[in-house]
Amino acid sequence: MSDHSAVLDAHQDEHVAHQFANAKQQYESSNLGMWLFLMTEVMFFGGMFGAYVIYRTWYPEAFKIASTATNVPLGAMNTVVLIVSSLTMALAVQSAQLGKKKMLVWMIILTMFFGAWFLGVKAIEYSEKWHHHHVPGANFIWEGDGGREVQILYCLYFAMTGMHAVHMVVGLGIMTWLLLTAIKGHYTPKYYNPVEICGLYWHFVDIVWIFLFPMLYLI
Amino acid sequence: MDQHQEHHVAPSSMYYAIFAILICCTGLTYFVWTIDLGFLNIVVALSIAIFKATLVIRYFMHVKWSPILSKMAVATSLVFLGILLVLLSMDYASRGWQPKSTGWEKHQVTQ
Repeated sequence: MSDHSAVLDAHQDEHVAHQFANAKQQYESSNLGMWLFLMTEVMFFGGMFGAYVIYRTWYPEAFKIASTATNVPLGAMNTVVLIVSSLTMALAVQSAQLGKKKMLVWMIILTMFFGAWFLGVKAIEYSEKWHHHHVPGANFIWEGDGGREVQILYCLYFAMTGMHAVHMVVGLGIMTWLLLTAIKGHYTPKYYNPVEICGLYWHFVDIVWIFLFPMLYLI
Repeated sequence: MDQHQEHHVAPSSMYYAIFAILICCTGLTYFVWTIDLGFLNIVVALSIAIFKATLVIRYFMHVKWSPILSKMAVATSLVFLGILLVLLSMDYASRGWQPKSTGWEKHQVTQ
């Protein structure tokens, strides 16, 4: 067997942790591990998507009326902003693969900038809802029919966009760590697993928004 | 042991092309929303969203070039999501169903 040579290989690369045979196995393990975590995230958001599907089927008219009160231009802009941040994140991973350190640092900074932009727009939207009394609870006011059903949509709106925003905040924290380690020059074409894995998380949060935008703002 | 560890490095042009398609799809979603297609509005909006998500997963998240185990994890998560949504919908759809009278209760009332 080649176990002995594998141990030797591992010792040749400082980035390979002792429990892995080689860099390839380490890379594949980290990739699989992140996807397993994302699987739990799919189920987490899936539960809220399920709640949406059921209430949307029960009260189609109320949901249609309620979604007209959302700020579609701001939602559409945020969709574009997140897609741009996904592009810069993908380019950050590519820069790490090619060993372009300066490019990697700038791409992470840009990704963080667009992420922060998204959250800023979200804050404007939330304060708008607050002023219009569209926040579910004792102060909820709805001029028109079906206030009770409309309030359910707003519960879902705040739960889903709120959890998404929390994920964005966590993402910005992860990006800060990634930026600092990238500046220190931790990543090389041989070892860039953390960049790739943080990228997977960032893209996942983008995908959630790709579904939230049409569901909550349009249909 | 296979020491081959060269990962697929996609060219920048591919990332820009995918980005352009994603932006166009967002524009298309917005445009279709302005036309009243009735029930089809939901179908079109969600179809475009699924298409966009597929592009992000395959190209931005590199699943196209990922190890087979990661691909299986992606597929499995979709299967689990399907089970969750389908069983949930089945449960809620059948909530209002009343058990059929077997006859004797009716008989008792008319007595």
